[in-house]
Amino acid sequence: MKHYRAHLLVCAGTGCVSCGSFKIKEALEKEVKKRDLQDQVQVVATGCNGFCERGPIVLVQPDGIFYQLLKVEDVPLLVEEHLLKGRPVKKLMYVPPAEKQPVPKMKDIEFFKHQRLIVLRNRGRIDPEKIEEYIAFDGYEAMAKALSEMTPEGIIDEILFSGLRGRGGAGFPTGKKWAACAKEKRAPKYLICNGDEGDPGAFMDRSVLEADPHAVLEGMVIGAKAIGASKGFIYIRHEYPLALKRVEIAIGQARENGLLGEDILGTGFDFDLEIVQGAGAFVSGEETALIASVEGQIAMPQQRPPYPAQKGLWGKPTVINNVETWATVPNIIRRGADWFQGLGTETSKGTKIFSLVGKINNTGLVEVPMGITLREIVYGIGGGIPDNREFKAVQIGGPSGGCLPAKLLDLPIDYESLTAAGAMMGSGGMIVMDDKTCMVDIAKYFLNFLQDESCGKCVSCREGTQRMYEIVKDITEGKGKESDLALLEELAQITKDASLCGLGQTAGNPILTTLRYFRHEFEAHILDKRCPAGVCTKLIRYVVLAEKCTGCLSCKKACPTEAITGTLKEVHSIIQTKCIKCGACREACRFEAIDQQREEAIQII
Amino acid sequence: MITFRMNGLEVKVEEGSTLLDAARFYGLEIPTLCYNEGLTPYGGCRLCVVEIGEGLRTKLVSSCTYPAEEGLVVRTDTTRVWAARRMMIELMLAMAPGSKVLQDMASRFNVTRVRFPLRNDECILCGLCTRICAEQMDAQAIGFQERGHKRKISTPFDMRSETCRLCGACMYICPACQLRCQGPNAETAICNGCLTMEPTCLEHYDDLQCWMYDAGRCGTCVREKT
Repeated sequence: MKHYRAHLLVCAGTGCVSCGSFKIKEALEKEVKKRDLQDQVQVVATGCNGFCERGPIVLVQPDGIFYQLLKVEDVPLLVEEHLLKGRPVKKLMYVPPAEKQPVPKMKDIEFFKHQRLIVLRNRGRIDPEKIEEYIAFDGYEAMAKALSEMTPEGIIDEILFSGLRGRGGAGFPTGKKWAACAKEKRAPKYLICNGDEGDPGAFMDRSVLEADPHAVLEGMVIGAKAIGASKGFIYIRHEYPLALKRVEIAIGQARENGLLGEDILGTGFDFDLEIVQGAGAFVSGEETALIASVEGQIAMPQQRPPYPAQKGLWGKPTVINNVETWATVPNIIRRGADWFQGLGTETSKGTKIFSLVGKINNTGLVEVPMGITLREIVYGIGGGIPDNREFKAVQIGGPSGGCLPAKLLDLPIDYESLTAAGAMMGSGGMIVMDDKTCMVDIAKYFLNFLQDESCGKCVSCREGTQRMYEIVKDITEGKGKESDLALLEELAQITKDASLCGLGQTAGNPILTTLRYFRHEFEAHILDKRCPAGVCTKLIRYVVLAEKCTGCLSCKKACPTEAITGTLKEVHSIIQTKCIKCGACREACRFEAIDQQREEAIQII
Repeated sequence: MITFRMNGLEVKVEEGSTLLDAARFYGLEIPTLCYNEGLTPYGGCRLCVVEIGEGLRTKLVSSCTYPAEEGLVVRTDTTRVWAARRMMIELMLAMAPGSKVLQDMASRFNVTRVRFPLRNDECILCGLCTRICAEQMDAQAIGFQERGHKRKISTPFDMRSETCRLCGACMYICPACQLRCQGPNAETAICNGCLTMEPTCLEHYDDLQCWMYDAGRCGTCVREKT
């Protein structure tokens, strides 16, 4: 094997790729060649680093220097200074908000410092399209151990003892699921990897598949041995082309190397994998709906019991686990259940990946041990709220999760405490909101998502989400009635109670948690016809404050609908009938001369 | 045989029975709408929900799809069950206020108001028509389209289906296209004529003329007591 003096690890997760990291990689390769360094320096495209806010990212190893927000023009400087002269380039390094000194090393950056990488251990470290690199970092070792040294019962016991719980949302103990399926005598048995990640703002499964596809494959072979399955399916959303491509490459490479297919590693065990593409229905993430989708039916959830472990794909015993769960399995087998037991809290073991998005300084993907508090994630890893604004809420668990307020910032994150607070672990989406966010508007957004994505089978879910959306929409438009809140609560509770699947059973959460923690905002909308955050456009109007306006024309230029009149050095005014309340004028004004007021046209009844 | 408890009674049913089968066998009444004995259970209308489990960990399940399990504890008429049923009726009435089946159901469960704007879709998406078409008529001429709030029942590509034999089974089984009775409040969202029943036919005939259910149940022949 060839040895290089330095590796340039270019992040090639979807976030960085859309910021142009492939162009950076090309430029780096060209520059390295130009300087005749190609025998000393290797350029590698890796999976997502997680710090998507700062993409494109390049990590220089072995020094561990972290370069961010790179542009193609920066590449010659970087190569010349760092690789030829050995002087890391300060101006391309990460500077924490409100500080002046750059932090050169990745491991010293707050965002990375508090994370505990297990599932994402290979992120930003290996080329996901090369099986050799995965193997070099102990890859497929756990599989070899499971196939040659362990019995199926031994593997299940290990997983049971580790306390691993499903990472897809509900947190069902993985070992129990496997044991139930292993007990079934009928053959064939199937395995499914659920990669139908549909929560708005969530990209955990996508990143795992893009950064370390072999870990998922390895986990599935171990699972197959445990339950006696011969065939597995990886269900990936059609919207994840990069993940699809990398998994396809990974399956091909594993087959070539005898790690998939017939007689794996000469142990006589046969198992093969196939990719199934989803077509963009959120409800396909529900396991029975996903099975229907693999079978070629409409993705519509079915009654459980019978559980998939007894009667799943084509009526055969099936184990279905989330991407993150599968990727955790090899780590447990390799390092032992005792080690995994030691991480996390009493009931929730191990680590969990969260995608940290919204009004937060360090947007990105983080893996943290269970039991960490929300405050540590938002203010430690996340670096707080931009512009030093006030934290208002964090939405956890996707559309059917809940919004937790500032007073719950010290809540430890585990399955039980999140459920008790009215939210849920979900697949791990975390949307941070500041004081400029209207909670009624947020509830409306999630209800709109749910009424679109409900499969439409149960009256409670299909009609319930629609009616809740209609009521909340009326409230945001100033048409709310006092009786609406009680009706919303009743409807949300019954939607949760009476629906068949996980989607309907949690569809009331966005309403119930926002009503529980932010009732005053609903009341302000209904009683005073006022939107405290100034978001609901029907309840606000923009006016020019004559005493502050200098007549600079900048608001006029910013207005997309030409609703602002006035000439240079004259006080401007806004034609309300033309105004679409986008707020562009307010942002453009340097003199704070544009004020947001309560819409006078709405009468208080 | 499977033994479990239902409303405090110990009941025994054959393996493979649903909770609804068991309840009907023992004479316990559970309302249904999207269920029909000759078709596969669907579990969409959620009227047949029952509460299972004990203590704090109880949940509602649709009895037409839930299999009877050994040792299960089932209650068919709890506060939670009734609250859910009544809300389902209210939601469905807002979709199809013209349906006699739903209006009768409303009176039976004392649903006296509809708090949602009426939609007059005249379809509650119960799927009886698609199932009878596929399972009994072997045609599959109609099916569900889209999901969520866009869901509807139609022929493939919304074009006249070549497999449809115009047999009318879909209309026969539909609970929403059955017109409501011409009671005293035929135009309102909710009729409730049957809430205070007094047979009107006795003024004209000596015998009760009701043939649909037991006396006065159907509401065709009753008027509001003044």
